[in-house]
Amino acid sequence: MAAAPGTRRAAVIQIALMAAVILFCVFPFYWMVTTSLKTQVLALESPPVWVFEPTLANYRSVLTEDGVGRTLVNSLIVAVSTTALAIALGLPAAYALARFEFRGKKDLWFWFITNRMISPIVLALPLFLIVRKLGMLDSKLTLILIYLTFNLPIVIWICTDQFRSIPVELDEAASLEGASHWRVFRSICLPLAMPGVAVSAIFAFIFSWNELMFALVLTRNAAKTAPAMAVSFMEGYNLPYGKIMATSTLIVIPVLIFALIASRHLVRGLTMGAVK
Amino acid sequence: MSIRARRRTILGFLSPAVLALALIGIAPLLYAFWTSLHFFNLTKLRHVEFIGLENYGTVLGDPVFWEAMGRTFTLLLIALPLQIALGLGIALILHRPGLGFLKTLTRLSLVLPMATTYAVVGLLGQVMFNLKYGVVNQLIGFLGIAPVNWIGDPLNAFAMIIFWDVWQWTPFVALVLLAGLATVPGEVEEAAQLETRNWWTVLRHVQLPFLIPGLVAVLILRTADTLKLFDMVFTLTRGGPGSATELISLMIQRVGFRAFDQGLASAQAIILLIITIILAQAYIRLFYKEV
Repeated sequence: MAAAPGTRRAAVIQIALMAAVILFCVFPFYWMVTTSLKTQVLALESPPVWVFEPTLANYRSVLTEDGVGRTLVNSLIVAVSTTALAIALGLPAAYALARFEFRGKKDLWFWFITNRMISPIVLALPLFLIVRKLGMLDSKLTLILIYLTFNLPIVIWICTDQFRSIPVELDEAASLEGASHWRVFRSICLPLAMPGVAVSAIFAFIFSWNELMFALVLTRNAAKTAPAMAVSFMEGYNLPYGKIMATSTLIVIPVLIFALIASRHLVRGLTMGAVK
Repeated sequence: MSIRARRRTILGFLSPAVLALALIGIAPLLYAFWTSLHFFNLTKLRHVEFIGLENYGTVLGDPVFWEAMGRTFTLLLIALPLQIALGLGIALILHRPGLGFLKTLTRLSLVLPMATTYAVVGLLGQVMFNLKYGVVNQLIGFLGIAPVNWIGDPLNAFAMIIFWDVWQWTPFVALVLLAGLATVPGEVEEAAQLETRNWWTVLRHVQLPFLIPGLVAVLILRTADTLKLFDMVFTLTRGGPGSATELISLMIQRVGFRAFDQGLASAQAIILLIITIILAQAYIRLFYKEV
């Protein structure tokens, strides 16, 4: 099909605009990675240099000397455990919400949406006092449990949606054969709901991995997560820019990979299903 | 199945999650309410004293609280229109037919900012907007603009916060609106495009009605997210210089953990919670009719 001159010009404009959007989105990451490959002397060059000999020295020093590796492991343990726990607790609840009618259903939904919107500081104030009283400050277990406040709603919400998409007739047929509700849930619906489970796990992982407020308030040293560690580089003058960007890169890579995997579901998840 | 057995089944499925939520989600809120009714300072824990609604009176008459609220809504009122305008533009570009590969690439790029750890966005801001070593001043220098003191100047620091909020959340708005555009029936859109070559007319009279639900969702969620906004601003400016970028969540954090006045901070938090509940109610009414 031969394009009219007008449409060809429109196509050129379209390409240029898309390139601009990509550049706008990606440039900060480019700058983050290149800065992480600069020595401190290079990073403090004014104006900044664009072409230089890259070095992995910052990665070596943050991982070996500054203990960023340990905080990344903490983040990983916390994020994986809280995700697993959210799925174990959330899946049966999601099944019940999808399959049964009961009083209080509305209140449960209301609670989920409120949790999507609530500022973490509202919970961080009382949780700090409670956790301190229980002597559970600076513990990974504390973070794992507290992260359920935002992970459970997201898991339950996404999985309820997934269970609803499975035909009820399957359940009914199995019930006629004499299977219990638990059996139907485990052997019939759960395997079919796996895509939703995977998406909700990715969401829970991303949110937990990115979390800063609770980590800042409730951990000191032993349970410090990577974002809290990155923030602690920001003290004093002459900030170690290369190290900060190396740490940032290490933090951001896993979430970006997961986000790309789940990209088709991101909007649905962030709006709790209001936008499909 | 008998009603009792049925009830037991439902309870069995639900209770683990509900108990967990009650324990870690609701109990703390009740405790925060209790704290808000007391004089409760972390440095004077021997003098915890019931003072009724006094903290609430203090908050409501406190210019610092209202200024923080004002800043939070100023940010929202500047950033959100920018995000909607830019997001709509991006959505319309991506909605045009053709250029499959480049479009996929654009879509994937859009996913990156909103998944980025908020704290890292703040750190990136520190590096890129630095007065002397920052790339932003270098880039605007090419346009003949003198270096700007972004982090040290109240107004510039606020502009910088707006920039990063727009960077991180314009993609979200774009993808929401793109999803809305996809719900316009193809025939209707094509008929309209045969009728007029003016994209604005098509947008206003054909596409806009299908975008309204997405726009309302964006409005409510962005309001809630701005009230939540903490990490990025904390790592970028700590609310400074002075209190120029101290949004509501940062202010409550400062009062509770740096001024140690947990009673007052809890009262502020409860007020914030009430606003959140109103937003959540609106969201439910509008989007979950079947629940």
